[in-house]
Amino acid sequence: MLTIKNLNARVEDKQILKGINLTVNAGEVHAIMGPNGSGKSSLASVLAGRENYEVLEGEVDLDGKDLLDMSPEDRAREGLFMAFQYPIEIPGVSNINFLRTALNEIRAYRKLPALDAKQFLRMSKERQKLVEFDAKLVNRSLNEGFSGGEKKRNEIFQLAMLEPKISILDETDSGLDIDALRIVSNGVNKLRSKDNAFVLITHYQRLLEYIVPDFVHVLYDGRIIKSGTKELALELEERGYDWLKETLQEETV
Amino acid sequence: MDTSDQIIQDITTQEYEYGFVTDIEMDMAPVGLNEDTVKFISEKKNEPEWMLKWRMKGYDSFLRQEMPTWQNFTLPPMDFQSISYYAAPKNKQKYESLDEVDPELLATFAKLGIPLNEQKVLAGVAVDYVFDSISVATTYKEKLNELGIIFCSFGEAVQEHPELVKKYLGTVVPHSDNIFASLNTAVFSDGSFVYIPKGVRCPMELSTYFRINAENTGQFERTLIIADEGSYVSYLEGCTAPMRDENQLHAAVVELIALEGAEIKYSTVQNWYPGDKEGRGGIYNFVTKRGVCRGANSKISWTQVETGSSITWKYPSVILQGDNSTGEFYSIAVTKNRQVADTGTKMFHIGKNTKSRIISKGISAGRSNNSYRGLVQVGPKADNARNFTQCDSLLLGAECSANTFPYIETRNNTAMVEHEATTSKIGEDQIFYLNQRGIDSEKAVALIVNGYVKEVLNQLPMEFAVEAQKLLSITLEGSVG
Repeated sequence: MLTIKNLNARVEDKQILKGINLTVNAGEVHAIMGPNGSGKSSLASVLAGRENYEVLEGEVDLDGKDLLDMSPEDRAREGLFMAFQYPIEIPGVSNINFLRTALNEIRAYRKLPALDAKQFLRMSKERQKLVEFDAKLVNRSLNEGFSGGEKKRNEIFQLAMLEPKISILDETDSGLDIDALRIVSNGVNKLRSKDNAFVLITHYQRLLEYIVPDFVHVLYDGRIIKSGTKELALELEERGYDWLKETLQEETV
Repeated sequence: MDTSDQIIQDITTQEYEYGFVTDIEMDMAPVGLNEDTVKFISEKKNEPEWMLKWRMKGYDSFLRQEMPTWQNFTLPPMDFQSISYYAAPKNKQKYESLDEVDPELLATFAKLGIPLNEQKVLAGVAVDYVFDSISVATTYKEKLNELGIIFCSFGEAVQEHPELVKKYLGTVVPHSDNIFASLNTAVFSDGSFVYIPKGVRCPMELSTYFRINAENTGQFERTLIIADEGSYVSYLEGCTAPMRDENQLHAAVVELIALEGAEIKYSTVQNWYPGDKEGRGGIYNFVTKRGVCRGANSKISWTQVETGSSITWKYPSVILQGDNSTGEFYSIAVTKNRQVADTGTKMFHIGKNTKSRIISKGISAGRSNNSYRGLVQVGPKADNARNFTQCDSLLLGAECSANTFPYIETRNNTAMVEHEATTSKIGEDQIFYLNQRGIDSEKAVALIVNGYVKEVLNQLPMEFAVEAQKLLSITLEGSVG
């Protein structure tokens, strides 16, 4: 579904991705872990098309299409969703109107008819229930005055509504208490299917107790330095990242 | 330049879409301003002696006054002698039906998307169009007549209801108020007049479209609205103007009078030609709008959406004279390219328990300059006066400016005056967030702006709100909308 080949990118003068290779197939959940500043969130930003990131080299293919050639909105319309680490507040724009605009833009791109108000509301109610999203928040201004946890849960609600092919969750677990973490994880688990895929970017193994990944990758200094299965996450939790850094240095010497 | 900046740049430097000139024969006054000009206009309008005298007082005051210097922009030189002060469509006649109206005029309104037909009537709007200076079509008059409501051109009111005009004209904005109001007093050509009798609730929105059309003709409208005891009226004023090369001065005066228990809601959408990208050729909009809550428990509410003109100088105000009276001001002012807006309100608390509320939303783009200027004055007898002011500025791009000049003067210890102000930019983060959900940047800016102004748009009557939203989209968003 998503194939990343030798992806190199920089922000201003600093190269932050130094040759990322990753293949994500439909039905899979990948976790990307790594210490602060290793390039995890940058990878998400480059894939979503944030404009201050400049791709230097490499290819990204989403179901046969050149992702890097597309505008951020077209990437979204092609089915790439990013749950933001820090969701943005937009005063005066109601959550529900925003979502309806977004959904109908995506549908128009895919040459599907717009949903009418009734269909949309039915869908919205159903998905709210699925991801346990508070109905009161649906009509409020987009993320305005939401708590940290409510914002993260809103990201998952949006994910449920927009039905992307591939979702990148950028540190969605950060700042969540245990109940919110459970709700967010349950939501993601319910949305998992054989037709979609998830990339979880996280610091902590804790999230992976709730959402069990098929693969775990360790990102360090702009490169994936180790890949494995969920056991790798446990090992990292126990031993930290330092032992990997050491192995890396031995290899490069 | 990065993409979102580029889009903001593109949409905020877009040129005016409503520029076209309707070719209708005009009856013009000779260029220049002197006593003869004033007499010429008064004669053309077939006015009684007292009107001419009053105009002459205005003319005298005009001669004695200086141009204002306190505004936050440099006043361009204005040559009052190079303007023709009167233009009326020739061959004016009373129309029995729309079929008789000049088709070209109808085409102009159609281009503006203003339906001069059943749609408005069905929507419950009686429309008194002012094409340049003379009203050419009036609808729904009979229904209003049954209720005793007078809604006509100012000229007609002078002929038909001189006692009302004489009693109230100039009582809110005196002939010597400011240089532009004095000029208006001397040379105003026409406008609208409304009288709502005691206890009558006007069953429809009254609406007038102003449109400047004649080349090089100053537009001097005069509006007088009187809501008698216990009555209610909602009045809509909307304007667009065709493109032209030379600056045009517009100096309108609006006076509102609310007697005991009466309520007047006055809404404006202003979209006059703002000039080209360099600011050449736009309208100078110097307007004096003021209302008085003369009786106890009365209320006056101003709502304005200002997107046009190269210069807007406008402070719709309320004199809260009656006890327990309420004044409101809701404003959206959008400036782009080289536009200047210096606008706000004045609330004069005179009576006891008077309340005022000010919500101002400025949006500046391009290299424009957008200022809020407001005065809240509480007099010594205005016990328990309350004011709440919120003025927000939104900046699009890095070359524009937004300023706030709030003045508060209270001479009563029981007064409570609150002022809140914010300045924000449309963030790249906000645009990117919406992009990431499949919404392109143009739509994203429109969504964000609409969210920002929602509180004010909600004050407009439904059909006007839709029009205003469309106008904001056209102004800020290019073809989308």
